Amino acid sequence: MNTFPDLAPAVPEIFLAVSAMGLLLLSVSGGDRRMPLVCWLAVLALTVTGVLVVTSPSDNAITFSGMFVADGFSVFIDVLILIGGALTLVMSPQYLKRENAPRGEFPVLIVLATLGMLMMVAAGDFLSLYVGLELQSLALYVLAAFRRDSIRSTEAGLKYFVLGALASGILLYGSTLVYGFTGSTNFTAIANSIAANEAGPPLGVIFGMAFIAAGLAFKVAAVPFHMWTPDVYEGSPTAVTAFFSVAPKIAAVALLTRVMMAPFAGLAGDWSQIMMVLAVASMVLGAFAAIGQRNIKRLMAYSSIANVGYVLMGIAAGTVSGVRGVLVYLAIYLAMSIGAWAVILTMRRGAGLVKDIGDLSGLARRQPLMAAAMAIFLFSLAGIPPLAGFFGKFYVFLAAIDAGMYTVAIIGVLATVVGTYYYLRVVKIMYFDEPAAAFETPPRAASAVAFVTALFTLLFFAFPAPIVAMAQTAAMALFP
Amino acid sequence: MTITLGHYLTVAAILFTLGVLGIFLNRKNVIVILMSIELMLLAVNLNLVAFSAYLGDLVGQIFAMFVLTVAAAEAAIGLAILVVYFRNRGTVAVADINIMKG
Repeated sequence: MNTFPDLAPAVPEIFLAVSAMGLLLLSVSGGDRRMPLVCWLAVLALTVTGVLVVTSPSDNAITFSGMFVADGFSVFIDVLILIGGALTLVMSPQYLKRENAPRGEFPVLIVLATLGMLMMVAAGDFLSLYVGLELQSLALYVLAAFRRDSIRSTEAGLKYFVLGALASGILLYGSTLVYGFTGSTNFTAIANSIAANEAGPPLGVIFGMAFIAAGLAFKVAAVPFHMWTPDVYEGSPTAVTAFFSVAPKIAAVALLTRVMMAPFAGLAGDWSQIMMVLAVASMVLGAFAAIGQRNIKRLMAYSSIANVGYVLMGIAAGTVSGVRGVLVYLAIYLAMSIGAWAVILTMRRGAGLVKDIGDLSGLARRQPLMAAAMAIFLFSLAGIPPLAGFFGKFYVFLAAIDAGMYTVAIIGVLATVVGTYYYLRVVKIMYFDEPAAAFETPPRAASAVAFVTALFTLLFFAFPAPIVAMAQTAAMALFP
Repeated sequence: MTITLGHYLTVAAILFTLGVLGIFLNRKNVIVILMSIELMLLAVNLNLVAFSAYLGDLVGQIFAMFVLTVAAAEAAIGLAILVVYFRNRGTVAVADINIMKG
């Protein structure tokens, strides 16, 4: 019974945990001078972890008494999270230096948060889910308040902490109810217990599921649990916001997908309604609330809320093609979102980053390449073909229509039209308004990230097959 | 009168609701919010231990240990953020956390 657990499926996570400790020692012993070195070593550690994840031979391996699951789904999401973390770290050294906050704990916290996300995605039990989620969240609270001399940054950290802790509490309360009424915290055992109950699941399990869905909706920032997002995005240091908008979001969406599909498969009728309401509310509010924004970081926050709405539509479908749509969407969202943030990271004039949308005016004449990249990201976020964002939305809408969710799909399309307005407004400001004062020379790393992601976004239509096929395989892993 | 599982669950539900209300209705002090978060986590622990005893299954108690440990780390980070916030702003009144609107 008590045999030593099989460590092979968890090798990438163990490697990343050990490297995080090593990086921490290195940055503590060397002081802040070592920050760029620690950043680049952290990028290396994330890359090696990515290679370990992709080459791991174990297919659908379960270990640690069912608490840890490494399957096709977790491999796909792990790679996205690791790319998000690595791209953030590539942009960080120059950003931190120019912001005059070159502290070595930054890369260590990013690596620890990434480790937490990998653990979340691989969770097969509510206990491991909770521990992974908290490892991620605790590191992210500190990152949000990283500029400890800035009122905005500490206020963002405080708001994120309070609402994040509330979300964890709600999630935990839900998992205790599910534990009590099914007798287990293991996903497979819960699914079996729900399936075995012919009279329908006990009310306690449905309550528990609703609490868990609400807790995770906080983490993905779905309306009506989104109120922290604009403030936290605005107040956090911009490199941290870039990280927030991709990696934790992808991890939380993946966790929501797994929790709804694996333990609560038997409650699909109940949760798909919750997801539809969250999806419609997020798409509509994300589209309308962004219109009045002057601050580009707040605009991107509402844009990310709207994007979560489209993703939730794929989860609500609850089919293989729905999950495939979610995964394709996340992969494309990763590229266009981190690219847009890379461009925002180059908006610097003298004292610091400027964040007003008006500051972008006439960018096309001062920096045509940067403006072109930003235009590609914005058109893609709006979902205009043939850019990548169109395909992300296409697969999600396809799944929603296949699942018969016509009303939700129609509202989604209308919300996209509204969303196009505010994306195009930014493009108009960049291309047709009188040029504002020039920005400083853009940092090389951010320009490189913007260039690579713009290329991906632009050329995705030429080779969508491999990514869609990989997403298909990953989605199949959730439906045994 | 014997104390049954239902009684424990009721107490935990009341504590949890108090915790959530404490976060949303509190207009005075952020420290009260931190206490409310602890109250929620304690309600969760009570649930876990009660279910564990009722089911005769140890997982609930192990889970409660993990929640206790993580709650300690969470409180430490929350207080640390509160201290840096206080240094910048000079107040921990909830009504004053409004530099960014929303």
